[in-house]
Amino acid sequence: MDIHEYQAKELLKRFGVQVPRGGIAYSPEQAVYRASELSGDKWVVKAQIHSGARGKAGGVRICASEEEVCDAAAWMLGRKLVTHQTGPQGKLVSRLYVEEATAIAQEIYLGFVMDRKLERVVVVASAQGGMEIEEISANEPDSIIRSVVDPAVGMQAFQAREIAFSLGLEPPLIAQAAKTIMGCYALMSDMDANMVEVNPMVVTRAGEIVALDAKISFDDNALYRRPEISELRDKSQEDPRETFAEDRGLSYIGLEGEIGCIVNGAGLAMATLDMIKMAGGDPANFLDVGGGASPERVLMSFQAVLNDPKVEAILVNIFAGINRCDWIAEGVVRAVRELDLDLPIVVRLSGTNVDEGRKLLAESGLAVIAADTLAEAADKVVTAWKDARYKEAS
Amino acid sequence: MAILIDSDTRVLVTGLTGRIGSFHAQDMMDHGTNVVGGVTPGKGGTTHLGLPVFNTVKGAVAETGAELVVSFVPPPFAADSIMEAADAGIKTCVCIADGIPAADMIRVKRYMRRYKSDRRMRLIGPNCAGIITPGQAFAGLMPPHIYMPGRIGIVGRSGTLGYEAASQLKARGIGVSSSIGIGGDPINGSSFRDILELFEADPDTDAVVMVGEIGGPQEAEAAAYIQSTMTKPVAAYVAGLSAPKGRRMGHAGAIVSAFGESAQEKVEILKESGVTIVPTPSAFAQSVAQMLN
Repeated sequence: MDIHEYQAKELLKRFGVQVPRGGIAYSPEQAVYRASELSGDKWVVKAQIHSGARGKAGGVRICASEEEVCDAAAWMLGRKLVTHQTGPQGKLVSRLYVEEATAIAQEIYLGFVMDRKLERVVVVASAQGGMEIEEISANEPDSIIRSVVDPAVGMQAFQAREIAFSLGLEPPLIAQAAKTIMGCYALMSDMDANMVEVNPMVVTRAGEIVALDAKISFDDNALYRRPEISELRDKSQEDPRETFAEDRGLSYIGLEGEIGCIVNGAGLAMATLDMIKMAGGDPANFLDVGGGASPERVLMSFQAVLNDPKVEAILVNIFAGINRCDWIAEGVVRAVRELDLDLPIVVRLSGTNVDEGRKLLAESGLAVIAADTLAEAADKVVTAWKDARYKEAS
Repeated sequence: MAILIDSDTRVLVTGLTGRIGSFHAQDMMDHGTNVVGGVTPGKGGTTHLGLPVFNTVKGAVAETGAELVVSFVPPPFAADSIMEAADAGIKTCVCIADGIPAADMIRVKRYMRRYKSDRRMRLIGPNCAGIITPGQAFAGLMPPHIYMPGRIGIVGRSGTLGYEAASQLKARGIGVSSSIGIGGDPINGSSFRDILELFEADPDTDAVVMVGEIGGPQEAEAAAYIQSTMTKPVAAYVAGLSAPKGRRMGHAGAIVSAFGESAQEKVEILKESGVTIVPTPSAFAQSVAQMLN
């Protein structure tokens, strides 16, 4: 789960990391009020969306007067910002963060990630901050410093000092930099984050270390024990199709195509999308109904898939281990009847109770297309989808 | 004996008295698995499904000589149950739980290293369907009837995609020595390479089918091992060719976040290492049959 920059900064502050003063605003008037509260003569208005590279999309503006703050806020609020991380539909700006401007002497990159190969937390730092880590590793690979945390004891102060010295910081700054690094690590481990990125961490002209921007993402599997983090979720930043499915306990990812998919198991679901592509179609979603799916759950999956107005055909692909094909079939029949569906539906059932399931579908008298294998199912759904399109057009 | 489990393996079920644990423990016994007992803290001394229940894994090991633990403990308590098994001298632990926090798994992996390699537990999973030696025994939640006994090893991240492979092989008259689910989590117990080493050394396995997916370095690591050391032929499928970058596709670990983690890149790396590529998830049997000829 991702959170906003201002939420990340509040957390960092609690862990002893220095951040610029600032306040949240939901309207231009509030933004102006925040600026006046902060005093000073320069402010930064920052759009709060779950994405990096906001600056390039116009989501970060330095303002030298209250009028400029007001204009910047009015321009950003209600706008959808498109960055390379948001996808073409962009993300809606409904909150702003107004911050005192910081006089920057040096920009540093500081990141904490879980390394899958080492199976440990790795700290990555570079004195070439301000750009994204991908750019740093492409352009300045030698500037990258890495430090691996031993999970038995956690991060040690000497490691933080080593990083600070390797960054080439002046001796008076070392203690503060080390405190910042230790604070970020403590946040990560105490709050079950799987990524903390402070980019840039800056040295100010006044000789202080400040986290100027921050991105934190949390381990979804650990949210059950971090209720205060769960509360930071902002559904307006999510794909509404995904929010609908997630609220019903379904694993769903929205994609761009027209063929809706209902599958059991993440691997089989991914493979089904691949098969649809190879058959010449384009999947509209990834959906894993999970194990032991009841007819109600199947019905709910249909609702989740049909939430996407682009969907023109549906493929149900089930290899039942702990699932039951008869339950799945019952769910399909109920969905077709209760949701009054008239788009092509292809159902492939295999595994536990397959004969009962197929019989149920055949006897329902509904125009559901049956398939025996995955390849056949993919071919049939793509053909049926193309036929339906052709009919629509003619 | 194929690998990791056979009809003699003494199996202990943690979380036995729960709904899921009960259901699958019964299924395991119905299919020949030598289940010797269960563990549920606080219910020691009782019996469940005709099996003795113990308070601790150590207690169960002392009484039953259990060698393999299959854990149906829910995610918040699963890491603890794995470490308890490791400390009790269990040889193999199969963990089913889907949803263990990554930080817990980092701790588990670190904890297991405190034991010397000769008595270090082998962890399979978490977030996996389990392990099976068809016709003999299984530990997990797979439908055993789709597997035919034979000489092909299967190792994969995904449960259902592993079923797809096994049932296609069966339909073509090709049997399976053992099938091992290593799970869909970013930090897991045994890697593809760990299991390939076991199949390479197993006299009952002639060739291996590997079912990979996007995310993580383990397919590439397996490719290097196959090229440098492995003598038995390997066929591989990698799921997620159409997965967008940066999105988690159901499995916590199925996310392309670094170079070499996309399906295309993994396919290329495997191909260069001499692996037979299974081009589509419908072609498992066909590719294996061709490879064996």
